[in-house]
Amino acid sequence: MKKKLTRRSFLKKVAVAGVAATAPLKLVEVVYGAQKHEKFTFAVISDAHLTHIKGTKFVRNFDEGLERAITEVSFMDPRPDFVVFGGDLAQLGKKEELDHGLEMLSKLDLPIKFVIGEHDFYLDMGEYWQKHIAPLNYSFDHKGVHFVVLNSILTYRSWIDQFKDPMERMLGMARLDNPKGSPFIVGEEGRKWLKKDLSKVSPDTPVIVFTHSPLYKIFKPWNFWTDDAEKVQAILSRFKKVTVMHGHVHQIIYNQIGNITFYAFLSTAWPWPYPPTYTQKPNNFPKITVMMNRADPFHERDGTGWSWAEVADGRVTHHYELWENTPRTVYYDEKLGHPVDKDYQDPAKRIPPQFHY
Amino acid sequence: MKRYFALLLMLAFFAGGKALADEFTKEDLKKWHEAFMKVVEEGEKLFHSPTLGKNKVSCDMCHPNAANTHPETYPKFQKQLGKVVGLRDMINWCIQNPLEGEPLPLDDPRLIALEAYITWERRGVPLAPGKH
Repeated sequence: MKKKLTRRSFLKKVAVAGVAATAPLKLVEVVYGAQKHEKFTFAVISDAHLTHIKGTKFVRNFDEGLERAITEVSFMDPRPDFVVFGGDLAQLGKKEELDHGLEMLSKLDLPIKFVIGEHDFYLDMGEYWQKHIAPLNYSFDHKGVHFVVLNSILTYRSWIDQFKDPMERMLGMARLDNPKGSPFIVGEEGRKWLKKDLSKVSPDTPVIVFTHSPLYKIFKPWNFWTDDAEKVQAILSRFKKVTVMHGHVHQIIYNQIGNITFYAFLSTAWPWPYPPTYTQKPNNFPKITVMMNRADPFHERDGTGWSWAEVADGRVTHHYELWENTPRTVYYDEKLGHPVDKDYQDPAKRIPPQFHY
Repeated sequence: MKRYFALLLMLAFFAGGKALADEFTKEDLKKWHEAFMKVVEEGEKLFHSPTLGKNKVSCDMCHPNAANTHPETYPKFQKQLGKVVGLRDMINWCIQNPLEGEPLPLDDPRLIALEAYITWERRGVPLAPGKH
């Protein structure tokens, strides 16, 4: 926040963020009552990747991204019911990085639902996280919706066991394009936990699941992928309204597979390229996604941001707050049966920066 | 006399068993490709290492498999720099800014290696100089 964000520009930005945050809420008339499916909102901050350099030094760029998201979420009006942190608080799972992130997030006077990312996990296999931050799998009920936080960043034992040094294991998983990487799994134990957790929930209850990796298969070379996704989807298949929201991909992606609506989170640190831009390997990128603008590297915060979800009658409308671009809103279209972008879904309305190559 | 001399020279050349300038064998091709791939490998290592900068950030953090680097579009006008620049100028920009490091000299073998890796990951894509 040193150079680029003067007091005046900061106040202006907060004002803009405030307007963006309040206007749509007023339009949908948030009702605070004791209805079964009461409308509410929650905020999302994800993939901060705080990177410890040495001593008190952290990568300035990534610190600034998280700080800005925290400030803007703090100014949301009406206030969200809670904040989801979508994983990858740390870059290399170090205590310094996790503590630094907790200290920054402590400025949020809101409950935080933490999802673990692979960058938080593979140094000590989630020990520090579970002790000081959150369990890996848990659920809660909120205003008629059953929420599940599901750990999806486990992998096969044979891959884990090849490493003697924890930092080597961490670095092996941290490299997104690692040709010797290993796909994410929820794993048998996690699926068993999920089945048991959902056994008490009626199929009419809307379910919203938070994971770090997408619970479907987009692009294996970058682990935009969960290897046992179909098995997890099968567990969710008996519910009428299911939304899965995930981190890891650092970009706008939305999709519909059967009864499940998928939304990806933005990163506060940096945007990843879209998988179709890597021409050497095939991908299953969802056709219905209208890509976000190509990020301009000269603007440090371009392609990054945070988001907030409006939950009405068990369906999510996802508002992407992009810092250097027009905000995007993606909602579930009841007639089409899949999510659509409010402004850009019609190919004729798309703008040149949305074409990636 | 001049022509006779030239013929003699040519005969001497062939008799010496020397190859014509444009003749090369499959072995040569293999050797040259291996030499290129060795530089690609060096580039891949540099691209994934924090040694180019000073803040532990590496190129692959934003560009897995060197994606979104668009080597086929250079040289091109880069509006923030206000002029037409080459790929290596943008590599140096990234080293100085997100990586907070010192730019490499333009003839540094590390810069050639980075270019070799970036273009190798983009092989097969038609040239599109100037494209935005």
